[in-house]
Amino acid sequence: MELRKSKSIESVKMKRKINKIIRYTVLIAVAVIMLYPMFWLIGASFKSNAEIFTSVSLFPKKIDFAPYIEGWKTKTEYTFGTYFMNTFQIVIPKVIFSLISSLLTAYGFARFDFKFKKILFSLLMATLFLPQVVTRIPLYILWRQLGFLDTYIPLIANTLFAQEPFFVYMLIQFLRSIPIDLDEAATIDGCNSFQILTKILLPTLKPAIMSCIIFQFVWSMNDFMGPLIYISSVEKYPVAIALKMSIDNSSGIVQWNQIIAMSIISILPSIILYFSAQKYFVEGTTSSGIKG
Amino acid sequence: MKGRKGYLYLLPWLMGLVLFTIYPFISSLVLSFTNYDLINPAKFVGFQNYIHLFTQDEVFLKSLFATLKYTVLTVPLQLAFALFIAFILNFKLKGIKLFRSAYYLPSILGGNVAIAILWRFIFRPDGLINQVLGLFGIEKVAWFSTPATAMAVIVFLKIWQFGSSMLIFLAALQEIPRDLYEAAEIDGATKIRTFFTVTIPLLTPTIFFNLIMQLVNAFQEFNGPYLITQGGPLQSTYLSSMFIYDYAFKYYQMGYSSAASWVLFVVILLVTAVLFMTSSKWVYYADEGGK
Repeated sequence: MELRKSKSIESVKMKRKINKIIRYTVLIAVAVIMLYPMFWLIGASFKSNAEIFTSVSLFPKKIDFAPYIEGWKTKTEYTFGTYFMNTFQIVIPKVIFSLISSLLTAYGFARFDFKFKKILFSLLMATLFLPQVVTRIPLYILWRQLGFLDTYIPLIANTLFAQEPFFVYMLIQFLRSIPIDLDEAATIDGCNSFQILTKILLPTLKPAIMSCIIFQFVWSMNDFMGPLIYISSVEKYPVAIALKMSIDNSSGIVQWNQIIAMSIISILPSIILYFSAQKYFVEGTTSSGIKG
Repeated sequence: MKGRKGYLYLLPWLMGLVLFTIYPFISSLVLSFTNYDLINPAKFVGFQNYIHLFTQDEVFLKSLFATLKYTVLTVPLQLAFALFIAFILNFKLKGIKLFRSAYYLPSILGGNVAIAILWRFIFRPDGLINQVLGLFGIEKVAWFSTPATAMAVIVFLKIWQFGSSMLIFLAALQEIPRDLYEAAEIDGATKIRTFFTVTIPLLTPTIFFNLIMQLVNAFQEFNGPYLITQGGPLQSTYLSSMFIYDYAFKYYQMGYSSAASWVLFVVILLVTAVLFMTSSKWVYYADEGGK
């Protein structure tokens, strides 16, 4: 009897072990398949053009920084330095404006009771699902009539008005989880509603704020269609459009290693941010759960 | 807190809602009944744009069909894969966080032009994918030369970005009370049975949410086809958003393009409406006592 029992325990243990091995195998296989192209790309950016198309190896035969140096110069009269500066001129205001405007809106929704609140909240949720494709053309015509084509204004303006429902919704969710007693105590102490937001709620909202900042940063860095439609002069191009131009321009011999090197440089800020602030990415996605 | 002060905080958003959503929304509907080329004044043409789209414009119908195909291929596959990986990650294993961040990275970078370039590059005839296939003795595939394989390339890109759906699934899985599983085990249910009778029903609200989000995204996909396949070959990957973009910003036919965008919008609306209407049949909400 005793023997049998220990045997069955053994077999359960064995089964668990096998289970574990299967799971790890799947996880590792999926990770390798998914990330191999990206790692290979990093290696490829140091390879010669000939080696790229003959070797599946991650590692270049010899490390050559020439693709980076040549790629950075570009075939235009500007370097990638200019394109990066342009990108940041779009991204930084967007991050700041959307944070402030979304915070005010979320605060209004989460902490006040007023007429039509339910209707307004449903409108907010509706815009979350509204396909951008229907509003794009009239907005273009509007900015054209106002004379703002080929400026960064059309790309930034909507962030001044909290027009990214994802952030508003995420902040509302976070605000709702903060006990209202805090506000009430502060009111008794003589804080007005704005002071409650800045002095009491803001410090507790830090994780949500971090999530807003990093998501807006990454999405704005990724934005391609916005600048594609609105920015027409090369000197104002952000990195996304400059990269696209590099694959269009390369008639004749395509310097793939240079294009790849610049592609890597262009996603580097987002990757660094991702690995240093991962926690906030995960929290942001799961708390309100959108975008992909 | 009571009071009208709430409006004050909502004021910027409300102004923006009118300016950036409600006005352009109505305006594009109005535009869709006109011919407007940005130079000459808009001319009212009634339903002519819509009639032309559906009766004369084969390219439009083809693009609409390609969009449906793309959506039907990507959304279920991506969600199934996201759920599968989330399910494995939900077991207490060491190094989960590492895997989680690895899987999530493509979603973060997803829309970047650099990723589109990477994709275009590795699916070249002499690119990495074919080199790897060669190692297994598989003949080279001319990915961009046939409609089916070109579609596959942009579908792969979308599925590759399953990370954010996966994270949402994972968070939902972690909320499922452990005693439910224990009860199922005592009742003698197998693991697979437990998955389909306990896990899946409890996940339906999350599945529903992910489904809607991914559908709305997939119907509007632009970067993949525009940058990678350029709509080809034979316009087999010429998705609706590319059609709309071309007519608006290449040919400056704002009215015609608006009409096309409204057709796409109505398609999205219909699909989501059907899902919402049927949701009471298959989405389980615990606080309603369940069904």
